Amino acid sequence: MKFGIVVNEGPYQHQASDSAYLFAKAAIAKGHEVWRVFFYHDGVNNASKLTEPPQDDRNIVNRWTKLAEEHKVDLVVCVAAAMRRGIREENLAAGFRISGLGQLVEAGTKCDRLITFGD
Amino acid sequence: MLHIINKSPLSNDSLGSCLRVAAPGDILLTEDAVYAATVGNAFEGKLREAMGRFKVYVLQADWDARGLGDRRIEGVSAVDHGGFVDLTISNNCCQSWL
Amino acid sequence: MSEGAVKKFMFVNRKAPYGTIYALESLEVVLITAAFDQDVSLVFMDDGVYQLKKGQQTKGIETKNFSPTYRALEGYDIEKLYVEKESLEARGLSEDDLLVDVTVLGRAEMGALMNEQDVVLSF
Repeated sequence: MKFGIVVNEGPYQHQASDSAYLFAKAAIAKGHEVWRVFFYHDGVNNASKLTEPPQDDRNIVNRWTKLAEEHKVDLVVCVAAAMRRGIREENLAAGFRISGLGQLVEAGTKCDRLITFGD
Repeated sequence: MLHIINKSPLSNDSLGSCLRVAAPGDILLTEDAVYAATVGNAFEGKLREAMGRFKVYVLQADWDARGLGDRRIEGVSAVDHGGFVDLTISNNCCQSWL
Repeated sequence: MSEGAVKKFMFVNRKAPYGTIYALESLEVVLITAAFDQDVSLVFMDDGVYQLKKGQQTKGIETKNFSPTYRALEGYDIEKLYVEKESLEARGLSEDDLLVDVTVLGRAEMGALMNEQDVVLSF
């Protein structure tokens, strides 16, 4: 199965990004493909490489980067939402790319399932 | 259809709206929605009534994180994240009631 | 822009406008989805019905009034707008209070419609 995932909330404030990550990991562990994760609304804040959580906390941004590197997951950040919140190419974490809302629609058309995680 | 709920029914109406409108199917309670499946919570009656139409699941990790132990309402099943993935596959479509 | 089969996309709007950004962002996705030649339905239920309330004046909150966009949807061939009856009634509203023509559905009809979809996005 080919999965698309939508993350609507930023890291550390809501559980959404954690839930989405754990879902993606479980899907991959079962041999499925996570084709794309689309970060929308405050979810674009998951892509900031300036993120620096305390040492005893999980690093949500790095976790996504690692998932992208190891499993070829396409991490797409909504351009309009990103611009509004100061997420730019220069502070974008590895593995993420900035693109338009069409990428979300494309995930809906091309994936067998699209799962949204938000507030 | 798989309906995914992530809010406590005691502070938000997502689960209530889902139960009011949705056609029979599967419901997965995640994050703060797992409180809906605890014995003695004020929403218990409504959830039990809906269990004739819906198969109700809780996400085990969210349940455990909140210290809910053996308080699960009879007839509600627990699934791990792999089970969550399976539910999205056994249903043709899923809807997150945000 | 279209490729492959057309899917049925449903956008479920359950949040009031202005208090959060979701209503505005939902409209953005709806317009893009229509541009991809997909089958688009919009549902307004719970506080989402307030998105369609006539007479929105946003000058005082210094925010863009995006409610006229709902009337423009027809121009993009987006014509399936559904409102849940009980949500409307629970807010003391009737179809006359809405700024665009909609189809009012009972809860069972709404549930059945949701089950026909390929992709459901909730805002």
